[in-house]
Amino acid sequence: MLKRENKTDVIVVGAGPAGISCAITLARAGREVVLIERGMFAGAKNMFGGAIYTNAVKEIFPNFEQEAPLERRNIEHNFAILGEADSTTITYRKNNDSSYSVIRGKFDRWMAQQAQKEGVYLVTETVVRELIKEKNKVIGVKTELEEFYADIVILADGVNSLLAKQIGLRKEIETKDVALSVKEVIKLNKETINQRFNLKDGEGAIIEIFGGSMLGMLGLGFMYTNTDSVTIGLGITLNELVENNYRPFELLERLKQHPSIANLIEGGELGEYSAHMIPEGGYHKIPKLCDNGVMVIGDAAMLVNNLHWEGTNLAMISGKLAGETAIEAIDKKDFSKKSLSLYEKKLKDSFIMKDMHTYRDLMNIAHTRKKAFFSYYFKKINAFFEMFTTSDGTPKKENYHKFIKSVFTDRKLSELFKDIWAIFKLLWSILIWK
Amino acid sequence: MEIDKKLYTLKYSPDDNSHLHPKMEDCRLCEGKPCTYICPAKVYEWDKDRQELIVNFENCLECGACRIACEKKSLDWEYPKGTKGVTFKKG
Repeated sequence: MLKRENKTDVIVVGAGPAGISCAITLARAGREVVLIERGMFAGAKNMFGGAIYTNAVKEIFPNFEQEAPLERRNIEHNFAILGEADSTTITYRKNNDSSYSVIRGKFDRWMAQQAQKEGVYLVTETVVRELIKEKNKVIGVKTELEEFYADIVILADGVNSLLAKQIGLRKEIETKDVALSVKEVIKLNKETINQRFNLKDGEGAIIEIFGGSMLGMLGLGFMYTNTDSVTIGLGITLNELVENNYRPFELLERLKQHPSIANLIEGGELGEYSAHMIPEGGYHKIPKLCDNGVMVIGDAAMLVNNLHWEGTNLAMISGKLAGETAIEAIDKKDFSKKSLSLYEKKLKDSFIMKDMHTYRDLMNIAHTRKKAFFSYYFKKINAFFEMFTTSDGTPKKENYHKFIKSVFTDRKLSELFKDIWAIFKLLWSILIWK
Repeated sequence: MEIDKKLYTLKYSPDDNSHLHPKMEDCRLCEGKPCTYICPAKVYEWDKDRQELIVNFENCLECGACRIACEKKSLDWEYPKGTKGVTFKKG
């Protein structure tokens, strides 16, 4: 229990992967930490595509593979490019253990239970309404019922982070900086899943879906296998929905009906529908990460690497680094912005900020060339394979010539050069420019 | 599948009062009304006769998309009380 009434070393707001990792890091070092969660339990308000990454989870929970509620170990990644009624898929399969599918309602709850066992004081069903400041320093939080005070407050309150906004660490989020994700967990029995996805018990497959009902828009679909259910969902940049007057669940319905997808979920019963936003603004939209008495971690800090479907791993490690920073600050009794900026330095030295920086231009380029990269080339890839696999008596040379000609005549030639330039710029920024 | 059937799979403990407060005078002037289609739970419906936004707040999934999409930034959006709102079991 707390030594002083309503005052503790650190308050962490939000018991997702970032908040829990941060809190447990502090508790393990013997610091007093209160973790405040607005859901009925940790994970109750959380949703994601489906996979957690072994490397990052092990840093916080070394034995999680034996102890945590995991669904399936992912041994297969599929990249499916969907046209209107056809598709081309690339499959990479290897019997490895780099990621597992999980259900957040179980997994986050388990993580929070471990944190409690290690001394974290978890408060659920409590919303932090605002931060309390005194002399330009955050000194605590105000919930619906009472005020809690701490030397440091760490914001792990997710993509909406109203608290970071309240104290001016970030500006209002724009529609192009977030994706709205909707997903369905569809119940199917284990044997059916194994058969349809070519898996053994405990093995899982991931399908990353391009195009389909999202052709021409900045959005991606996903499928994950759980033990006895299959997840299907999509994430689409919010400005696409606003500009095109689309309802997200209707796009998902259309995706489910695509001939390459429908067979995989046929006969399944809807277990749960859910929605959540994904912070996709990238490097340039990362908020200020610390100020006097406060740090921001996880989704609240926009730490998502969308090209590689990574988020929870960045969240957990950012939580750990903020936790380590807080431990040092407590030892020094210095909670100033300068002292807490150690967290920024740690992030910069880690893969997190390096990866965010590597892909800093990705979203801008994707937004400007989306019609080409999210529609035209997907259709061309499918058209190529249609041509290649069709035997209709036309001599092959004629087919090739027709296809090649179409690449130059379907659009203005200048578009092709713009695409090549965009790819060059992107590769340059990723591989060469520092 | 209808959205109502999808929402039926969720556990809700609705509050008596809405946590979503649109400024109705701004809504009347809003041309696009994006909240009425981008919402994943179809919380918002425009009542033409009454010139009012109907807010089915008890269906809210608390994603926050409406707050960001609101053209006129006229939506006072907060999380429901700690004991209220949606619970995802399989998120």
